[in-house]
Amino acid sequence: MFKILEKDILSPVIKQMEIEAPRVAKKCQAGQFVILRLHEKGERIPLTIADFDRNKGTITIVFQEVGKSTRELGKMEAGDQIVDFVGPLGLPSHIEKFGNVICIGGGVGIAPVFPIARALRDIGNNVTGIIGARTKDLLFWEEKMRAACDELKVTTDDGSYVRKGFVTDVMKEIIEDKGKDNIALILAIGPQPMMRVVCNVTKEYGIKTIVSLNSLMVDGTGMCGCCRVTVGGQTKFVCVDGPEFDGHLVDFTELAKRSAIYLEKEREALDYHKCTCGGAS
Amino acid sequence: MAETAKTKKVIIPKKHPMPTQDAGERVKNFNEVALGYAIETAVTEAERCIQCKKSPCLAGCPVEVDIPAFIKLMAEKDFAGAIKKLKEKNALPAICGRVCPQESQCEMYCTLGKKHEPVAIGRLERFCADWELEHGVTLPEVVPPNKLKVAIVGSGPAGLTCAADLAKLGYQVTIFEALHVPGGVLMYGIPEFRLPKKVVQTEIDNVRKLGVDIQVDSVVGKLATVDELLNEGFQAVFIGTGAGLPYFMNIPGENFCGVYSANEFLTRTNLMKAYLFPEYDTPIRIGRKVAVVGGGNVAMDSARTALRLGAEESWIVYRRSKEEMPARIEEAEHAEEEGVKFAFLTSPTQIFGNEQGWVERMECLRYELGEPDESGRRRPVPISGSEYIMEVDTVVMAIGQGPNPLVPRTTTGLAVTKKGNIVADLKTGATSKSGVYAGGDIVTGAATVILAMGAGRVAANAIHQYLAGKNT
Repeated sequence: MFKILEKDILSPVIKQMEIEAPRVAKKCQAGQFVILRLHEKGERIPLTIADFDRNKGTITIVFQEVGKSTRELGKMEAGDQIVDFVGPLGLPSHIEKFGNVICIGGGVGIAPVFPIARALRDIGNNVTGIIGARTKDLLFWEEKMRAACDELKVTTDDGSYVRKGFVTDVMKEIIEDKGKDNIALILAIGPQPMMRVVCNVTKEYGIKTIVSLNSLMVDGTGMCGCCRVTVGGQTKFVCVDGPEFDGHLVDFTELAKRSAIYLEKEREALDYHKCTCGGAS
Repeated sequence: MAETAKTKKVIIPKKHPMPTQDAGERVKNFNEVALGYAIETAVTEAERCIQCKKSPCLAGCPVEVDIPAFIKLMAEKDFAGAIKKLKEKNALPAICGRVCPQESQCEMYCTLGKKHEPVAIGRLERFCADWELEHGVTLPEVVPPNKLKVAIVGSGPAGLTCAADLAKLGYQVTIFEALHVPGGVLMYGIPEFRLPKKVVQTEIDNVRKLGVDIQVDSVVGKLATVDELLNEGFQAVFIGTGAGLPYFMNIPGENFCGVYSANEFLTRTNLMKAYLFPEYDTPIRIGRKVAVVGGGNVAMDSARTALRLGAEESWIVYRRSKEEMPARIEEAEHAEEEGVKFAFLTSPTQIFGNEQGWVERMECLRYELGEPDESGRRRPVPISGSEYIMEVDTVVMAIGQGPNPLVPRTTTGLAVTKKGNIVADLKTGATSKSGVYAGGDIVTGAATVILAMGAGRVAANAIHQYLAGKNT
């Protein structure tokens, strides 16, 4: 069993938890993910690691309540126990001194970007962070990201905080300002449409772009192939070959379709459990 | 008197049939198909064994069970004695009695089988194991514990057998399992209706009772490498990580929604209990018409699972003919009884999908049999121009599995083959790395439960000798 030590409510639908998992905390690297299972009837939920504390032996996860399981997790409190917590899974981010790097976090994707931005800066990169969300209420970790980056830009789609615009608008301004040749790498994590648009833009500029994919998974150890994605014309497993890939090579259209396989089942599960876990809020 | 009785003994030519759930009924549930012998049947079947002097059956058992001895005890109605005899060599009899391909092992060599049907050795083994589960388990003798620690990677049949044998010899054994329950393929792969998960967990509990510590949620290669285990006080490591890498055909359209690897299809259903969705959280989507590509046990399991999940039609698409199918005869028969349809000498060339990315149909090519290939089976040769369309909305690829690369890739000095299997001496399980042993599918490629168990046993003996030599 794995204990939830702390819980923070970042927005009505985005929660942060610190989980006691010393063995995972000892080994994990920025960019890797964990799989957790809430109880004996639960599904295996993959989540990218948002932060870790090796001394304390904890892993921080941040998740958005979308389906039955994440809503259920959102209702758990500090002191509660999670039955399974597996990791660290996937390959760590490739961290080296590239030069000027832009790290983009969109929505709940802000969380997994944080440890990568920190690691990139620690090794000597000049890191510009961009974080954005649909609206002010969904934005979080501004201070944490500011501390991890040399410079941080914030935006909201609806203009309810700092400025109006998408993360890609801010990104374009930075690229134009600094010059495309002065940007060595862009890392983008967020909703699939956001990552896709970022990649479309950076492809035109010819700037290498890394994305972290959140495809559907079961075991997370390369055993089932549920998470397969086409990258550069080849089938890759996100769980063992990723989760990070060259965004210019990812087939986002296929990824979107494969991500939608169980949407109907998700609704069915929510309906079925409405009385027990609160259902739609 | 005995003499007369012997000469007068009439041999029953056929095995006592295994009582099964009615095909029409069972296809609507996940309960076990084969119900097991009643006591009287078991005893009469045991009496069919003529206790011949040569006991050729022994040569057919990868774990060297003393088959005539346990059957003799059964004929004498000493079931406690029979199960004890079985367990001297086999740590998981309830499992082997259900899933071993006896027709190509012990029963193939049975003297009775020359003229009649062989003794139903597998069914008798299952009876003894089930009898014990019902009457309470007596644990085998364990020597006083020593202080030597051995790590086992993977809790499938190879790892469990190796762990049980080493624990009986007094070693402190820790099994590291990547998934959230131990059992490996016995839990995620073989369906409930063929091998009830309660049976598997009871057998695993028996291994635990020998003092074996099983750590689930522990992915070796990620949480700790084999090298780290050796540095952290484990004196030897056995790798039994199985064939956990699904193969696809590399034909166009394989990433359409509705195309599953058999591993995913079965893992969702068995391990995650998707057949109980939405009570259980993990969903599975089953179409109206399912095509399962392949002819092994995994293919049969998938096709039969598809029917139970509610598919209207479930097809086995296999590129050779019925005779070459590697599946256990009983599984293929059960599949047929349940209404699984077979397209032999057929293989898909392309999968087509709709706008939303869902499978709609599959193009297949017909084959004919040519000369035998290196496997001794007649090689399927495509008939040019024989392409035709099969309307399907779910495709399950059950064409085999390769070795999962997680452990080989993260262990220094471990030799692997081109395909990624660990190179190990089949007589000892020893790998190229000192103190590291391997066995089961990770070494041989996808094979059977019992061969993996045999490899686990061989490695346990070798580890015992290695550690005894090292520590004297």
